[in-house]
Parts: sequence; C-alpha cells; structure tokens
Amino acid sequence: MAQFLQVLLSGLSTGSIYALAAIGFTLVWQAAQTVNFAQGEFVMLPAFFVLIGVHWLGMPLWLALIFGLILSMIVLGLLFKVLIVEPMLPNGGLPLIIATMALSILLKEGTKQFYGAEAQPYPGLFPQATMTLGGAVISVQDVMNLLVSLAIVVGLTLFLNRTRTGRCMQATAQSPAVAEILGVNTRRMVLYAFLINAALAALASFLISPIYLAKFSNGENLGLIAFIAAIIGGFNQIRGAIAGGLLIGVLDNLTATYITAEYRAAIPLILLIAVILWKPEGLLGTSEGRNV
Amino acid sequence: MKFKPFAASVAVAAVAMFAVGARADDVVKLPCVCELSGAGAVSGTNFRDGAHIAIDEINAAGGILGKKIVMTDMDTQSDPQTSRALVQKAIDDGAYAIMGTVFSGSTIVNMIVAQQAGIPQFTGAEAPNITEKGNPYVFRTSSSAAKGVPALTPYFKDTLKASKVAVAWVNNDFGKGGHDVFVSQMKDAGIAVVADVPSEQGQADFSADVSKIKAAGAQAVFVYLNEEEAARFLKEAKKQGLTVPLVGEVTLTGQKVIDLAEGAAEGAYAHVGLATSAPLAPIQDFVKKFHDRYNRDTDHNGIKGYIGVYAVKYATEMIGKIDPQALADKLHGLTLDAAKYPGMLLTTSWDKTGELSRESFMTEVKDGKQVVIGTVPAN
Repeated sequence: MAQFLQVLLSGLSTGSIYALAAIGFTLVWQAAQTVNFAQGEFVMLPAFFVLIGVHWLGMPLWLALIFGLILSMIVLGLLFKVLIVEPMLPNGGLPLIIATMALSILLKEGTKQFYGAEAQPYPGLFPQATMTLGGAVISVQDVMNLLVSLAIVVGLTLFLNRTRTGRCMQATAQSPAVAEILGVNTRRMVLYAFLINAALAALASFLISPIYLAKFSNGENLGLIAFIAAIIGGFNQIRGAIAGGLLIGVLDNLTATYITAEYRAAIPLILLIAVILWKPEGLLGTSEGRNV
Repeated sequence: MKFKPFAASVAVAAVAMFAVGARADDVVKLPCVCELSGAGAVSGTNFRDGAHIAIDEINAAGGILGKKIVMTDMDTQSDPQTSRALVQKAIDDGAYAIMGTVFSGSTIVNMIVAQQAGIPQFTGAEAPNITEKGNPYVFRTSSSAAKGVPALTPYFKDTLKASKVAVAWVNNDFGKGGHDVFVSQMKDAGIAVVADVPSEQGQADFSADVSKIKAAGAQAVFVYLNEEEAARFLKEAKKQGLTVPLVGEVTLTGQKVIDLAEGAAEGAYAHVGLATSAPLAPIQDFVKKFHDRYNRDTDHNGIKGYIGVYAVKYATEMIGKIDPQALADKLHGLTLDAAKYPGMLLTTSWDKTGELSRESFMTEVKDGKQVVIGTVPAN
C-alpha cells in the first residue's frame, strides 16, 4: 500500500506537469486550429532562460524565474504568433504545422549551439525534504509540483469561465466570425491564447526541469507525451488535456512498478491507439463536425 | 570557342585535385566519430576534446612520422545508424584510424564497417561483446565491464556483507553488458538479486524504479546507467529516502554525475577504469590541461580520447609507416609503458581481441568530489 501511494503520487506529480504542456496543444488548437509540434521545445526553452538569468546576468532565482516567464511570453507567445502563425495561417493549417516542426528543430539546435549539448543542473523550486504518510515516503517536491500545477489549472479554468476576457476567448475559439460580430476583439483574444500557452509552457518547464535536468533535447519526449495526453484526453477540451496528462503520468509509474519496466514507454501509445479506435474525440473531448 | 573555358575549367579542376591529393598524403587523418549531441553528448564531447589536446601536442612536436594529424569531428547524434554512415564517410575520406564511438550500441553497429575496410578503430565503449566478436580492428581505450564489474564483487560480499542486492541498469548494449556480468558475479558469490530494474536510455522519471528497489528490501544497489540517467536516479533515490549503499561502475562517481545530482551522489561508490581524480601526476597534468583549454572539467572519457590518439602515434612510429593493417597487427599484444610513452598516462596493454588491461581505481564521492580510495592492479 505504501509503495502504491508513493508511486501514485509521483505519477500524479509528473502527470500534472505533462497536463500543463498538454493544455498548450488545446489552446493553440482552439486559437489557430493547428497543432504546435514545437510545444515540447516550448517547455524545454524557458529553463534555459532561467539559467541565463542566474548564471549570466547574476539574478537571484526568484527574479530569474520572472525573467524567464516574461521572456517566454514574448518569444514563445508574441513572436511565435507574429512571426510564424500570422504569416503562415492564410496558407492553411498544414503549412503552419510543418512550420512548427521546423521551429522545433530550430529551437532545439539553437539551444544546443548556444548553451551546449550537455545537461545542466537546474535549481529546484521546493525543498528536497520528505515526509511519511501511511508508511510511504512522500517527497515535498512531488506534492508541491502537483499542488502548483493544479492551482494553475484551476486558475486558468476560472479565468476562462468566470471573466469577461475568458468568455470572449472561448467565444473566439468556438466561432471567430460570430464573436467578431458580437464585438469581440478576436485578434487580441487569439494573442491572449498564445501568451497563456507560453506562460503555461514556462511554468511546466520550471517545475519539470529539476527532474529532467535542463537539456536541449528534453522537448522531444515532453512534446510527444503532451501530444499523446492531449489526444487521449480530448484535443479540444482543457479538462481533457488535464485528464490525459494525469492518466499518462500515473499509468507510466504503475506499469513500471507492477507490470513491466521494459515496456513502460509503450503504454501511452497503446492507450492512444485504443482511444483513437473507440473514442476518437478523446476521453473528455467533444466531437467536431466539419464540411469537406 | 565555347570549349576553351570548359577545357580550362577541367584543367584547373585536375590540378586542384592533384594538389588536394598531395596535401592529403601529407597528413594523417584521424576522424572523431563521436556522440556530440543526444544522450551521449557528455561522453562524446569529452572524448573528442581529449583527442584534440593530444593531436595539438603531437602536431606541435612534429606529428606522426613527420605528418600532421587532422581530426574531423563527426556527430553521430548518439544514433547507431547515423554512426554507421559516418564511419563509412570517414573511411571514404581516407581515415587512417577512427576515434570513437563512445556508446556501445553505436560501436556494435559501426565497427563492422571499419572491419570490412580494414581500418583500426579506437572505441570508448565498454560493453563486453565488442571485443568478443572476433573483430581484429577494434581496440578499447578503457577496459570493458567484463573486467571492471568483477572488481566490485569483493566489495558487495566482504565489505558490505550483502545477501540481497538490486541492480538498476540502462537497457542498451552498455547496460546489458554490465548487467549480465553483474548478475553472473552475484550468482557465483551466492548473493541474491532481489530487484532487477531496467530503464530506457534518456529516461527522466525514476520514481517507479527506486520504489521497486525499496520494496524489494535490497541491502545495496548496483547502478549501471549513463551519466544523466545516473544523476536522475540518485536524485530520486535521495527524494524517496533510499539509504542503502549505491555502487556503480564507471559513471556513478563521475564529476558530471556529481554536478547534475546536486548533492545526491554523496557517498556513492564506484569502480572506474580511469579516474580524473587519480592521485597520479600524468592524470592530474592532463586534467589541468583540459580545464585550462576548455574552461571546464573532463570526465574519464576525455582521458580515453587523449590516450587513443597517443596509442596511434606510438604504434605507428614502431611500424615506421602509415599502414592501417600494420597498425592493427602491431597493437595486438602490445604494451605501452607509461614511463617510456608518457602520452599513455598509464601503462596499457591490448590483447589479441583488442581488450585493454590497465591499473584501475575504486572511488567514492566525498564533499562533492570523486575521491580515489584504492587501486586495482591490471588484470
């Protein structure tokens, strides 16, 4: 029981960070009807912004985190929208998807050239203390990662459902034309979606880098898991991305502990195939019709 | 009239080709086919940088038989198939010998290409099966797990007096080689392996792995992972309060692991074929040279690259010609005494399979540094 509790909590902790990255897929899908295949690199890069702040600019960690968050929102939110999404979107979704693939390579290789190929130690945000609960040794870092991630998700949900701006963003996502007729500044709402995506990616980066270590190639795995999580949960629903992220995090750990460590990486893919076959809109997603 | 410019171009190209050919004969090509990115970037980069120090020293002293060494860096991206293609490219470009690769999984794949071309290859890989395949052109720059892991058996049996141990290993050629030797050694020593936990290369989350080991009640853990995974494992072990001794071979007490683990490596124990912390003047001189040049510390892979290049120099000067076949023949059964051949840093021997024998070290992490606590004689 103690082992189960420990593994479950670790899985929820990691899964909640996957969920933050997965929400990014949902937001970009709703804002631009495209898939951002550079999402993994969006989670990889902010950790390096923080390291630049700490090591190159001599900032204390708290200031470097704010610096990293703001820089992420500018580079991965504003510039991504202005320089890549807006010029490419009129050409259709597919060219934009390919452009995000190119961006993924650019960010990865650029980070490698700029900061080196080696993994870098990354400062933990929470104390490395442990506590005992029901015989299980629980890490404070795991608990805090889970709580912070859930707080971010709850905050985002409240923002989208309870504020005027949030509802305008939802209206823009559901029907940009109708929203515009109703007086919503749809361009601004789309920009907000990209900025929130960048901020979520940055927060996911800050939480997961103490575990993953800061490395240029981190985005490959993170992007894939977040993509799978978003599809399993439901690509067009934030709650789906959360469910998908948590499910993968927990299943990965339970599989490695109780079934097989050798094939743990296959479990998300098996789940993905099963969901696509039996519930293609995702576990919590809604089906979308389209004229072709 | 139109053919004249064409004829002139052909003539210029021909002259240029002869000129390039002449220049090519004046140099000795030692391409570095290494892991400069991907999971093996730490190892491959250090291996390459160590090799470059040796090359600059040798070239400054007149080269090999009066010819300068030229090293081209080729990044395998830690991908075996890419490494195979690059070894072929290096051979097509006229390699005299090949330095690398460091990852066992890549070396197993690409050494066949070098073997078919008859080009000697100096690998930093440590999987036992590399020198068990009858390839007469592959030579190690550090001893294999088959030689290193048995050195730990007395530690588990006599020092720790363990009756139940766990093994955490990376599921690639490197890890499988060490795992198989370890399990066999424990069986012979009458020690039960109560948790056998493989992990994937590049794995980030070790919570399930550590949890399984804790639940199994192991009295000590043999950790046989690549550098970054080893650091993640150590951090997770500390996080979950795993307090049993953590024992490794090669990577666990490397400085990169210590730095990445941020305190979690304290007290870890490992046998290493090469130790940058070895209290020996030649090793310390090299470590200082490396740091002065690159402004960072090397791990044992830097030493591998360095001595690999010197091995080529010394053996080539013994045969008196640039001849890959003669070089390979000469290296089998050769011993290079460090007193006479200082570039080797430690006296080194190769047997007829290319396996290497050399003095090795027992190390422990103390106060954030790898400390040599004993030596193991050459076997």
